[in-house]
Amino acid sequence: MATKASRAAARLMLAPAVILLLGWMLVPLTMTVIFSFKRYLPMRGGDLGWVGFENYARFVNSSAFWPAVQSTLIIVGGVLLITVVLGVVLAILLDQPMWGQGIVRILVIAPFFVMPTVSALVWKNMFMDPVNGLFAHLWRFFGATPVSWLSEASMSSIILIVSWQWLPFATLILLTAIQSLDSEQLEAAEMDGAPPLSRFFHITLPHLARAITIVVLIQTIFLLAVFAEIFVTTQGAFGTRTLTYLIFQRVLESQNVGLGSAGGVYAIILANILALFLMRIVGKNLDR
Amino acid sequence: MGRIVLEQVTKSFGDVTVIPPLDLTIEDGEFAVFVGPSGCGKSTLLRLIAGLEDVTSGVIRIDGQDATTISPAKRGLAMVFQSYALYPHMSVRKNIAFPLRMAGLDKAEQDRRVNQAAAVLNLTDYLDRRPGQLSGGQRQRVAIGRAIVREPAAFLFDEPLSNLDAALRVGMRLEISELHKRLETTMIYVTHDQVEAMTMADKIVVLRAGHIEQVGSPLDLYHAPRNLFVAGFIGSPKMNLISGPEAAKHDAHTIGVRPEHIAVSATDGEWSGVVAVSEHLGSDTFFHVHGTGLADTITVRAGGEVGFRHGDRIHMTPRADVIHRFDEQGLRIA
Repeated sequence: MATKASRAAARLMLAPAVILLLGWMLVPLTMTVIFSFKRYLPMRGGDLGWVGFENYARFVNSSAFWPAVQSTLIIVGGVLLITVVLGVVLAILLDQPMWGQGIVRILVIAPFFVMPTVSALVWKNMFMDPVNGLFAHLWRFFGATPVSWLSEASMSSIILIVSWQWLPFATLILLTAIQSLDSEQLEAAEMDGAPPLSRFFHITLPHLARAITIVVLIQTIFLLAVFAEIFVTTQGAFGTRTLTYLIFQRVLESQNVGLGSAGGVYAIILANILALFLMRIVGKNLDR
Repeated sequence: MGRIVLEQVTKSFGDVTVIPPLDLTIEDGEFAVFVGPSGCGKSTLLRLIAGLEDVTSGVIRIDGQDATTISPAKRGLAMVFQSYALYPHMSVRKNIAFPLRMAGLDKAEQDRRVNQAAAVLNLTDYLDRRPGQLSGGQRQRVAIGRAIVREPAAFLFDEPLSNLDAALRVGMRLEISELHKRLETTMIYVTHDQVEAMTMADKIVVLRAGHIEQVGSPLDLYHAPRNLFVAGFIGSPKMNLISGPEAAKHDAHTIGVRPEHIAVSATDGEWSGVVAVSEHLGSDTFFHVHGTGLADTITVRAGGEVGFRHGDRIHMTPRADVIHRFDEQGLRIA
């Protein structure tokens, strides 16, 4: 039983951690909001005073804004689609009893341990290089002209790289969900005359619904912030400039902190709208 | 129609033989109960009949047709699982209708059959609920409903009552027996509980380590157990098994006397001992007697009014006409 005194002591002892976390979050957030209302050009005169909503208007009205939102959504959507579909397939395969199951499972999870920068570099130089990449060799072996992936199919290439990184996460969550499926349910469906494909759609997939929404929710939040993969490969060229990358360019390449901060606030709003929307779906699923 | 015949059926998992060659016939309309201790292969045998496991060798015939390699769905059997295996994301109505939907019946026919089954099983008020909102007994009935609508050749029950509490179990036992009387369809029922076997079965199949120890009606098994295993397994409380000089008096290696076939007295009797525990059930009293020199414990059933207590000396006389005699191999001596 928690007495009044022990509860007060608990609060006191938690305080440093809470204050640290709050500071960690609140200080940058407040600074971003303050900067977004200022004309602030570090290399060209520094702080030039308050400008109201001018930065917000300029950020949205720039010709780069809507294409950036579009490419952000395409990358998030594309990666989600690939990781969820392949994740379900892989989870089902990994759930089958087979020789060397433990090792195979670790191998499948391995990409998740590779840092985004490293994986992007490996993909860019080892696989997608139009001269020395493995894909180029493969294409030439079959007599085809090698594709210069990152300029000709830039968006698909980035989606491929990011999907490769996030597939293990989806597989892992879906595999644990599949393992919790009562095998008697599948047997009952088999006795009830459901062929394998019906069993998958009527029993397995509904069972996975909750896990899938969780995968979608968590991945969306992280995918909105994809940066390293773009920075290392296309540097935002060939239509791969996402909102995150646009903000980076405004702040560091154009040296316009105020404009970038306004973009940052837009990104926070976008992420929150998406998160709220997804939370409601998850909440609905958890109700059952 | 559901006459099920097993001919020389075996099942091995790798090197482990679970079912050695086994022959068994279950007649159409019969209520057959497979009973045995856990791990005796009774559930495996049921799953072989259902088609959820493949036989290693041998033939399974359903209504004279070789069904050994037919898929479970096409055997025309319905199964009720121990965990009920209801589909949690579907309403009760959709659960019961699922096999009909898979069979491609039209919507009107599905509804007709579901409503009919729901009426039989008292589920009409619950049709739009999810399985998670039902009690254990109701879930059990939904599982039975899902089996009934298919109008199968035979029902297979895999320990269906083991997840229910004692009072519900007695109720469901009666409901299943009643259902069998009404439908007159073959039912095969697996349990480890000999009381369920005795009360429900037309035919009991006692299994041990995959072997059939005895097949017969409940009373056959009670009155004439073929060997010591069946003698000890059927009947509650267990039969007293006595070997040594007392058995030799009856020209047997072991004799068996049921607790209800022993008369008790405070003054004189053939055997005597000290009451260790007396269980008063009201209608009956069970005495567990130590120090008789015959076996560790002799269990005796007496009327509810007989009042020996812990530590009392008790005298017992077995009824001579119902002593079961067994030879060295544990087989019954006729």
